[in-house]
Amino acid sequence: MVVTGLAVHELVETYRNGEATPSAATRAYLDRIAAVDPSVRAYITVTPERALAAAEAADARWRAGRPRSPIDGVPIAVKDLLCTKGVRTTCGSRILEHFVPPYDATVIERLEAAGAVLLGKTNMDEFAMGSSTEHSAFFATRNPWDLARVPGGSSGGSGAAVAADLAAAALGSDTGGSIRQPAAFTGTVGLKPTYGRVSRYGLVAFASSLDQIGPFARDVTDAALVLRVIAGRDPLDSTSVDVPVPDFVAELGRPIEGLRIGVPREYFVEGMDPEVEAAVREAIEVLKRLGGRAEPISLPTTDYALAAYYLVAPAEASSNLARYDGVKYGSRAAGARDVIDMYSKTRAQGFGPEVKRRIMLGTYALAAGYYEAYYGKAQKVRTLVRRDFDAAFARVDVIVAPTTPNVPFKLGEKEDPLAMYLNDVFTIPVNLAGLPGISVRCGFSLAALPIGLQFIGRPFDEATLLRAAHAYEQATGWQKRRPPLS
Amino acid sequence: MTDPAEAYEVVIGLEVHAQLRTRSKMFCGCPTAFGAPPNSQTCPVCQGMPGSLPVINRRAIEFGVRTALAFHCRVNERSRFARKHYYYPDMPKNYQISQYEEPLAEDGWLELPADGQPRRIAIQRLHLEEDVGKLIHEGPLETAHASLVDFNRSGVPLMETVSRPDIRSPEEAAAYLRAFRAILLYLGVCDGNMEEGSLRCDANISLRKRGSSELGTKVEIKNMNSFKNVQRALEFEVRRQGEALHRRERIVQETRLWDAERGATRSMRSKEFAHDYRYFPEPDLVPLELGRAWVEEVRTGLPELPAERRRRFLSQYDLPPSDAELLTQNRALADYYEETVRRAQKPKVVANWITSEFLRKVPGDDETKIAAAPTRPEHLAGLLLLIEDGTISGKIAKDVFEKMFRSGEDAATIVRREGLTQVADTTALAAVVDQVLAANPKAVADWKRGKKAAAGALVGQVMKATQGKANPGVVNSLLHEKLSQL
Repeated sequence: MVVTGLAVHELVETYRNGEATPSAATRAYLDRIAAVDPSVRAYITVTPERALAAAEAADARWRAGRPRSPIDGVPIAVKDLLCTKGVRTTCGSRILEHFVPPYDATVIERLEAAGAVLLGKTNMDEFAMGSSTEHSAFFATRNPWDLARVPGGSSGGSGAAVAADLAAAALGSDTGGSIRQPAAFTGTVGLKPTYGRVSRYGLVAFASSLDQIGPFARDVTDAALVLRVIAGRDPLDSTSVDVPVPDFVAELGRPIEGLRIGVPREYFVEGMDPEVEAAVREAIEVLKRLGGRAEPISLPTTDYALAAYYLVAPAEASSNLARYDGVKYGSRAAGARDVIDMYSKTRAQGFGPEVKRRIMLGTYALAAGYYEAYYGKAQKVRTLVRRDFDAAFARVDVIVAPTTPNVPFKLGEKEDPLAMYLNDVFTIPVNLAGLPGISVRCGFSLAALPIGLQFIGRPFDEATLLRAAHAYEQATGWQKRRPPLS
Repeated sequence: MTDPAEAYEVVIGLEVHAQLRTRSKMFCGCPTAFGAPPNSQTCPVCQGMPGSLPVINRRAIEFGVRTALAFHCRVNERSRFARKHYYYPDMPKNYQISQYEEPLAEDGWLELPADGQPRRIAIQRLHLEEDVGKLIHEGPLETAHASLVDFNRSGVPLMETVSRPDIRSPEEAAAYLRAFRAILLYLGVCDGNMEEGSLRCDANISLRKRGSSELGTKVEIKNMNSFKNVQRALEFEVRRQGEALHRRERIVQETRLWDAERGATRSMRSKEFAHDYRYFPEPDLVPLELGRAWVEEVRTGLPELPAERRRRFLSQYDLPPSDAELLTQNRALADYYEETVRRAQKPKVVANWITSEFLRKVPGDDETKIAAAPTRPEHLAGLLLLIEDGTISGKIAKDVFEKMFRSGEDAATIVRREGLTQVADTTALAAVVDQVLAANPKAVADWKRGKKAAAGALVGQVMKATQGKANPGVVNSLLHEKLSQL
């Protein structure tokens, strides 16, 4: 038995019946990282000592028959923008290359309280700005299905780690698709919870009103298990919402007979990859066979979502990234004449081109005299996008759509920033509306590249989202295929 | 040259920043105590660490609402925090969480004590924000080889109150600040210490031709760290602007710094303050919604405020307005007065003792020192009762007061121990009077010639001979009796 090939719920079964232990599994993962990660490059930092110490503690709990949770002893990777006390947190940026946080993010505390074993920190586009993980200041991560292609982004390291069996599950963050798009590209399950479902405390902010943390997993059950652990109100995050966290796994078994499934006209567009469209349309047929009632819906403001997003997100980013000034932490440029010079040299050397582009966009959007025309208008569009979804959810229980318009592209293929931004056209509206969304594998292109199917749900109704995705996954078995890695 | 004060009307508006006396900071749990070692009262939130998030301090909101109600403002049922951006090393996030378009409260007024009709100065808005840290330069700013940052003050709650341009003279500005401070002290929301920076004031001032209703070009003055300096700076500015207008020069809209040593304001280079703050609603905090019931609860808990108390002192104790104003300048002093009156009666006598003797020892504007004064109201009342029943003379009482204040003992104890009881025994005093008359034949002769003033000198001699312990009334009648018998 190869433990690294198991889903989380299968792995804990081996702990329960004594076939494997958390430390054996952790060692197996560390060995596989040593062997495979030099070609995938999913990790920025691996933490073997910390992982093994946590695993041994989990061994004892399983031996005593008292695991802390259904993920006790499970080796997990986290995106390198989640603060980990004593472990450097780079955000994929030079400016935080040596930043060691003095505190843990709430999700890290919750994972560790549940007994999870942290294997390390995964690569990402700098400050989560990008859709390919090529914008990491350190190196690009490769797609395990084809090493010449990108794993998507910005949580590409987490997606690649789960796809390449370099972690049993992982956490990422999703601001405009940064979990769902790399999940689609790496053929993993990627869940963006409802805004406010998971605490953002300790998540290095990109765009505060859009960012959400969520899991990458081998299958829907695993995503449900991890979500249960990290979800729930946190007094340290005022935007986290106090709603009950259901037992998502227990809900999974319920049939989807009679479930009303909306198919938005605007998500099947001219120019999208026909293989993607075909796979998604076939998936809708599968859902119908399972008793789902598909009906066409319209989300008319979809066209404006991308533009609104590229005002709101950079505006918030320009503010959130103002703190990286060389004064307190992170890198400071040498040889400055005065404090202004220190700021400009530090930021000129510390940030990459995509980050600078967005800081400039956002600074402009918030400038006096332009605020109403840009940021103010974008917020109004956002309200309209939310209303579109509200109207749709009055008629349907869940919406299905492609996660991305295309399959993974080659490294260096999308040099034009706009072409890159268009990759997120189907995921961005969900962030603007604060809704939960999940991407699951729904087939492969002729070139054997995974294709993602997106489910979008009502606010805080991850249970229905997960149930529909699970029913689909169980009916097709797409999740069983593994990437052709040694 | 004509006096500018004759030709022009002065228009002043004040912005007052008050540090709120909450135990913890505005957006985190760090203590606010003054004087701790640098950076010992900090956490990821008030250091602006990546990933940290603010959480609103409920107590600060309560203090703000309390003050807003005392200023007769409308408390907004919904208000919002906003980010105000500018780069400065003492500000860890390079934005300040403040309030902009939707402040906590608006449209109130503050009453100034006046001999005739009380003056009302309109208050435009009241909002809450966070304080910044403190820079310590190694050497003078221009040549310092290093600057250190202390974030202990970073995140301390600040309340900004903006008046309308209703103030008509520098003296009135000082009166506004005194009344403002008194209210904050009564409410217990601020310690009112201007030198330590708990209370800071910026002023906007312009001049206009008398009778004109248009506002002139305003100048903002900063860096005034006492009421006296505010008044001096404004007086300087009235002269400067008046003379400039008289010479038909244009007033430049600018920020000027008060230089207390030179007694003048100087222009800051306009570039230093050419900020575009790029305000936008703080996405890390949800809008602040205050229930009407809660606001009413705060209103019910308001103490009697200085203006009401002043009026009551006038009617209940029949005090002159100057005494009433002096005694109601803060709660501790007014309480001290009323407690003494409750025990000793004689409101005017108590007022005299407090305004002359007590306030010679204790600064009237320092509540802490008043509360900690060794002589408590019961001590002072005890002393006054000893005068009242003739045990000691008013003159002796002043010495006893000195001793009471040094030792914290009560008056009776000191009088008994030191034998200060007034001699009212006619037989004992008659002997002394006889001796004095015998020893001062010239004065006796003068008196007989009709120089009645000579009796005063003789009384003085008797008092001297009895070390002040003689009852002056008794001495006086004895002396006249004996003189007329001679």
